[in-house]
Amino acid sequence: MTFLVPLPVVLPLLGAGLTLALAGRPRAQRTVSLTVLTATLVVAVGLLAVSSRHGPQVVEVGGWAAPLGIVLVADQLAALMLVVSAAVTLAVLVYSIGQGMADGNEETPLSVYHPTYLVLTAGVTNAFLSGDLFNLYVGFEILLVASYVLLTLGGTENRIRAGTTYVVVSLLSSVIFLSAIGLVYAATGTLNLAQLGGRLDALPDSVRLLLEGMLLLAFGIKAAVFPLSAWLPDSYPTAPAPVTAVFAGLLTKVGVYAIIRTETLLFPGGRTAELLLVVALLTMVVGILGAVAQSDIKRLLSFTLISHIGYMLFGVGLATSLGLAAAIFYTLHHIMIQTTLFLAAGLVERRGGSTALDRLGGLARVSPLLAVLFFVPALNLAGIPPFSGFLGKTGLLQAGVSDGGALARALVAGGLLTSLLTLYAVARVWNLAFWRTSHPDMPGPDDTTHTSRVPGAEQPDRQPDRVAHSGAMLPRLMVGSTAALVVLGVGLTVVAGPLYDLSRQAADDLRDRAPYVRAVFPDGVP
Amino acid sequence: MTPNLVYVLTVGALFAAGVTLLLERSLTRIVMGVVLLGNGANLLILMGGRVGGPPIVGTTPEADMSDPLPQAMVLTAIVITLGMTAFLLALAYRSWHLVGHDEVQDDVEDRRIMMLADRDEGPGIAETGDDDGEGDGADRRDGDRAGEGPAAAATPRRAR
Repeated sequence: MTFLVPLPVVLPLLGAGLTLALAGRPRAQRTVSLTVLTATLVVAVGLLAVSSRHGPQVVEVGGWAAPLGIVLVADQLAALMLVVSAAVTLAVLVYSIGQGMADGNEETPLSVYHPTYLVLTAGVTNAFLSGDLFNLYVGFEILLVASYVLLTLGGTENRIRAGTTYVVVSLLSSVIFLSAIGLVYAATGTLNLAQLGGRLDALPDSVRLLLEGMLLLAFGIKAAVFPLSAWLPDSYPTAPAPVTAVFAGLLTKVGVYAIIRTETLLFPGGRTAELLLVVALLTMVVGILGAVAQSDIKRLLSFTLISHIGYMLFGVGLATSLGLAAAIFYTLHHIMIQTTLFLAAGLVERRGGSTALDRLGGLARVSPLLAVLFFVPALNLAGIPPFSGFLGKTGLLQAGVSDGGALARALVAGGLLTSLLTLYAVARVWNLAFWRTSHPDMPGPDDTTHTSRVPGAEQPDRQPDRVAHSGAMLPRLMVGSTAALVVLGVGLTVVAGPLYDLSRQAADDLRDRAPYVRAVFPDGVP
Repeated sequence: MTPNLVYVLTVGALFAAGVTLLLERSLTRIVMGVVLLGNGANLLILMGGRVGGPPIVGTTPEADMSDPLPQAMVLTAIVITLGMTAFLLALAYRSWHLVGHDEVQDDVEDRRIMMLADRDEGPGIAETGDDDGEGDGADRRDGDRAGEGPAAAATPRRAR
């Protein structure tokens, strides 16, 4: 079944080429993109089934043997991430199609939207599947370049401003990553992840620490870990709603995935575990304090995104089987929920004409469906019992308590506090935007005069076509795809048992390292 | 390649110059910085491999071959750097097109803080400047930092 492995990368890339060729024909573009992403989802599910039954699946790209050639490896962690990310990208694509059709601007710069979106997907899947450090870098670059284009789509002033910061910061992290790769190669003579594990163990501690530090720095910027996270809440909210949603769901998680992969496969038992824990605590607390202070839904959600990256690092820093399993589960949960919330925020923007909390009100009465679509994932994010957020957080807290160290206890306390403050933050959104009586400022369909009222806070989008639609009914496709994600997010609770077992199994394989290495080098590491 | 001091110093100089330029506000200089940093990283990768003759079977005995892998990686990295440079230049051009300069502007939070600071300093500004206060923080950066009042900096930010 190894022929499945390269498909999640190849299919979107082929689709990107096709949609680019079909640039003038939006309907054909839509068909191609939908087909390709649906196929990717099916392949990802197949990979998950195969890899959990028969162990990691390996493909040597181009037939070049492992240490020299590039391998793609689909182990359980990669397959799990693939399934969730494929589901999310498909839902967001449907949402953006709905938005494009409703706006009637099928021709405007969006002929590049589909190809770029598919390239982004290919970059993400390539990063997940890569069994080679340099190929991981290439995957990152593919998704980053696509994200630059998507973030500055249309080239409006706000987006150029936000895009500049984003591009420069990402470039810096890429250069750090590239230099780290150069140093790793100089020190070990290989970049194959399976081979690197053993060779890095043999290095002197100081060299090993330096390499680990550089890689962590590069991935930390991408994952928006606290001291390196300032770029995120500034750049994400300016993009169009579906773009922000897919960025929030996937891009930071690719960084988290890279951290998990390198920490378990390349540097197990490294000396950075404590550093990771401290950083995780700071990310959680500082991030959520930032969220509490915001008065715009999209910016607030961006800060909760940063804050919850801390939970994942918490699990990685613990490096126990329990901790890693919980971190993996939490990552999957968070991809789903954060995307859903941003999509819901996009709907709020459409219905209420804004995402600024002081100009919204009474949405629960105006659109009860929208209220439900926001309320459920919001509670899920905050970790209210039956939802998967609660299960993920419980797993992490259990792992922290059973670790027993002072730092782990501090993190447990920090995690609880963050969860509480998250609830406060989303409850504030709920109270102001949905629950209170209708706001006199809520603009009618053709009211565009209010858009620049909030001092200092830029409205994420000033394209007149979007504002003009603010009073209209919500397009069915947009609501449908958001609702599908909400249901999937709730569904995570239903399948939480098997999913947790899978995460547990993936975590054990990661800690063991042997299954991965054996899959790449069946005859022993050269 | 044996760690030749000239190479090491070159890489160091490229990185130092690149980082310095990256800290500038003008996008054009940032582009230069990115180019220098990219070249520094490429040289660094090349340094990781063995030095020798061209790695083609038949022309060089195997023991004297240089390591082809870093060269292959550098080729990829050069292409990526090229693409990024082009994109950054396009960004700079677009920024110049829209606002008349290519300087990286402050983010929302910075502007908000700057505005609060303005209010604390100038009593006259605070009461009147509420509703159109949004542009002020940003415009300070556009025009001059010498401390002209916000009213003077009436650049039409969203004229389109």
